[in-house]
Amino acid sequence: MIIANGKPIEEVLKSLEGHKKVAVLGCRGCVTVCLAGGEKEVGILASQIRMAREQAGQPVEVLEGTVERQCDYEYFEQVKDIIEEADAIVSIACGVGVQGVAETFPEKVVYPGLNTMFMGANLNVGVWAERCQGCGNCVLEISGGVCPVARCSKSLMNGPCGGSQNGKCEISKDVDCGWQLIYDRLSKIGRVDSLRNIIPPKDWSTSRDGGPRKLVREDLQLESGK
Amino acid sequence: MKAGSNLEKLLRAGEFVATGEIGPPKSCDANVITHAGEMLRNHADAFNLTDNQTAIVRMSSIAAGKILTDMGIDPIIQMTCRDRNRIGLQSDALGAAALGIKNVLCLSGDHQRFGNHPMAKNVWDMDAITLIQTLDGLRKGYFQNGEEIKKCEPPKFFIGCAANPFADPFEFRVTRLEKKVDAGADFVQTQCILDMERFERWMELVRERGLHERCFITAGLMPIKSAKGARYMQKNVAGMMVSDEICERLEKAEDVKAEGVQLVVDQINYIRKNIKGVAGVHIMAVAWEEIIPTIIEKAGLAPRPKVS
Ligand code: SF4
Ligand code: SF4
Repeated sequence: MIIANGKPIEEVLKSLEGHKKVAVLGCRGCVTVCLAGGEKEVGILASQIRMAREQAGQPVEVLEGTVERQCDYEYFEQVKDIIEEADAIVSIACGVGVQGVAETFPEKVVYPGLNTMFMGANLNVGVWAERCQGCGNCVLEISGGVCPVARCSKSLMNGPCGGSQNGKCEISKDVDCGWQLIYDRLSKIGRVDSLRNIIPPKDWSTSRDGGPRKLVREDLQLESGK
Repeated sequence: MKAGSNLEKLLRAGEFVATGEIGPPKSCDANVITHAGEMLRNHADAFNLTDNQTAIVRMSSIAAGKILTDMGIDPIIQMTCRDRNRIGLQSDALGAAALGIKNVLCLSGDHQRFGNHPMAKNVWDMDAITLIQTLDGLRKGYFQNGEEIKKCEPPKFFIGCAANPFADPFEFRVTRLEKKVDAGADFVQTQCILDMERFERWMELVRERGLHERCFITAGLMPIKSAKGARYMQKNVAGMMVSDEICERLEKAEDVKAEGVQLVVDQINYIRKNIKGVAGVHIMAVAWEEIIPTIIEKAGLAPRPKVS
């Protein structure tokens, strides 16, 4: 899922300066699961804003709302009223959701309340780690199910580089070397010999490098008759 | 002969080569390069020019290489994949060839995290291995995309690469070198050897696979100035190994600098006498370039042979 983390409250307060009535908008998707932007966090952020502004002698009215998913724009219908009422929105969905608000309510000011970080997994209580960068051309079949793009600090296709030592990456003793992990996995499944082959430069045109991406599934369009 | 650089000619003539390293300045001061060139000329066969080493902005390796070329000194320009994509790398390689530069050493490059612009975006469109392959393609007359180089002779490169016997996983280190040789590497400079036993074990595997016969392997050596520095590298520098023996030797020394020089001299003698398949040494005297002539002299490698 998409992992996000709350922006420092000072940053949120700064963007809200001068606004009199704001709406904090959560999402029940990924950010609820990673405890950054669900209904509960909406409540917490809303009271933080109220309290801080109260103390600063500039009280503000804060409305609260949470939708099923901010990346499916039809759900905004549920919170249309509070959005229309507010003069600024703080979306605590991922960056997709923030843009969903902006696209759906073009005349409204919207601020991001989270920093959207990565696509990752929940490894432990309070620990998430990146696993995929959405390169659009998955190579996990050759790398034993460990992603070289997301888990090697240099996204190398022919690692491990000379900085790999004791299983750690050259950038930090706290970062596993992605290619050591690939090596270990390929050893376990009896395919370590495949590392003998040179993997050609990756085609990055399916990644962000190719420009903003869009997926159109005609099969689905035909099915729905739209 | 691939490119006919001084380095290549000597290696092919079977000479035990000695190369050095010059770090371009953090400025546009060409005098730094000419000064180092004058001081070191004739004391080694070719000189590496680092490419923004440790991700610190410095004069371009190609520009510095051109300065040496004009002085009649053979440069080995380093190229890393950190800052340029396949378009920039090929373009710069063609430019280097046009300027008369022949030796190119291909590296993945250090991550920018420890450099002086840690907020920079990095590239790594290719890696060291595919960069070697790309330069090999250029000299065969093809761009990376398969397009032919027209209306001109293809560029000539003597392609180098690095090898790190001290990184992990150990068994893979020889495979990695093999991949680089398959990709087209002609010569190799190893990471600096501060653990001779490990280097010997690695060389054994290299010989088992016959790689020493498919490329020229030069042993990386580094004179150390301080015992503390040695311990620091032992503990903190990723991809380096420093034996306790070396640390202790420096710790006990009265004159650490002299001992550091002697250590490299002993290593050179040891390698020449005992390790088959090593074609030369590469001396990385970082910020201590002026010591190179002394080392060459003491190791009995002076005067450097001439080729026409
Ligand atoms: S190869 Fe690409 S799609 Fe597959 S996990 Fe890695 S980044 Fe994601
Ligand atoms: S040490 Fe490993 S993870 Fe780090 S850059 Fe090198 S190969 Fe990639």
